[in-house]
Amino acid sequence: MSLNLLEFSLLMFATSAVAGLLGALTGLGGGVVLVPVLTILFKIDIRYAIGASLISVIATSSGAAAAYVREGFSNIRIGMFLEIATTLGAIFGAYLAAKVSTHAIGITFGIVLLYSAYLSFRAKHASGSDRPDPRGTRLRLQGTDPESGKAYTAQHVPAGFAIMGLAGTLSGLLGIGSGAVKVLAMDQAMRLPFKVSTTTSNFMIGVTAAASAGIYLSRGYIDPGLAMPVMLGVLAGSLLGAKLLVKARVATLRMVFAVVIAVLGVEMIYNSIAGRL
Amino acid sequence: MSGQPGFAESRLRNDQRLEAVIGQMLRAGVTVSALIMFAGGVLYLRHPGGHAPDYTHFHSAPAEALSIRGTFAGVAHGSSLAIIQLGILLLIATPVVRVVFALAGFLLEKDRLYTVISAIVLAILLFSLIHSR
Repeated sequence: MSLNLLEFSLLMFATSAVAGLLGALTGLGGGVVLVPVLTILFKIDIRYAIGASLISVIATSSGAAAAYVREGFSNIRIGMFLEIATTLGAIFGAYLAAKVSTHAIGITFGIVLLYSAYLSFRAKHASGSDRPDPRGTRLRLQGTDPESGKAYTAQHVPAGFAIMGLAGTLSGLLGIGSGAVKVLAMDQAMRLPFKVSTTTSNFMIGVTAAASAGIYLSRGYIDPGLAMPVMLGVLAGSLLGAKLLVKARVATLRMVFAVVIAVLGVEMIYNSIAGRL
Repeated sequence: MSGQPGFAESRLRNDQRLEAVIGQMLRAGVTVSALIMFAGGVLYLRHPGGHAPDYTHFHSAPAEALSIRGTFAGVAHGSSLAIIQLGILLLIATPVVRVVFALAGFLLEKDRLYTVISAIVLAILLFSLIHSR
């Protein structure tokens, strides 16, 4: 590409803003769109892409969390408890990122994208059909859904905790917030209300990403010249998304986003196998 | 504990206050780091006609971006990339400070269980940040 420095930076900013907007609206995070677009469309090395993405998911999470906290959806205790699993996973994932080839990272990324898309297409769970988990009560993983006014208690706590460990590992390996897997743990396994799951997941992403950021930094994955326009773009897009979230139609959004990430997932796997990543 | 509605209610109020403080802290951290990165970015783009760096092949970020010490040395020399990196370091520190705030909040609420849980998360974060240098 024969872009000059300013044109390149503006292009990165605009692309990242769209990724941030979509990521915040769906609670899946900007990274899942950002990394495939940077690597497939702009041919950026995946290590620079995941480095810039990891920085921007910290900004997305922290920036949007301020808005969600006001709405009263996110649950600080559930988030903190599960962060034990995600931060340990994130450290493991960041170590793994240096051990495996970029093709393997690309293929794993593609599988995560396809799985995220599949989850979004699946029917919603039947909430409240299970008996409360005594572990959820003992750990006070409880709250009140501000939408319905109904009290909730986390169910299947060990399963949720284990899935969170996996979410953290993927976050550290792929430089994403892995919001899809976090929502899987809270929405499907722990049977928490959907908006509580997405906003608490978002709340946790920053802490999870910070656990692998130091490792990325010392390895030179975080290039300031690229991270700057990407982070500022994602932040701008995500702040707009957080403002729109409360009135947005979640079901429609999930469907639209699912199609986009499924296409990106196929592209990611194809490019990795073809050796173009 | 279910037989003490007053206790549960006051805990809920405290939680909401704690969440509000944490929300403000997060916003402040992101705002300040974004402003620093923007300022560094303006400086970085002051010769907009230059070529964009080659990111298609991995050759590690510049030395001043690899460590905290290197970043501070770069900032002292007025390096635009080091100023951007300073913003990035501040951004990474924001969620860590968020955990510290939550820990302090749970300590004030005399919530032993969640004080311990927050301390574990903080220990893991500090381990990773210190160990990676």
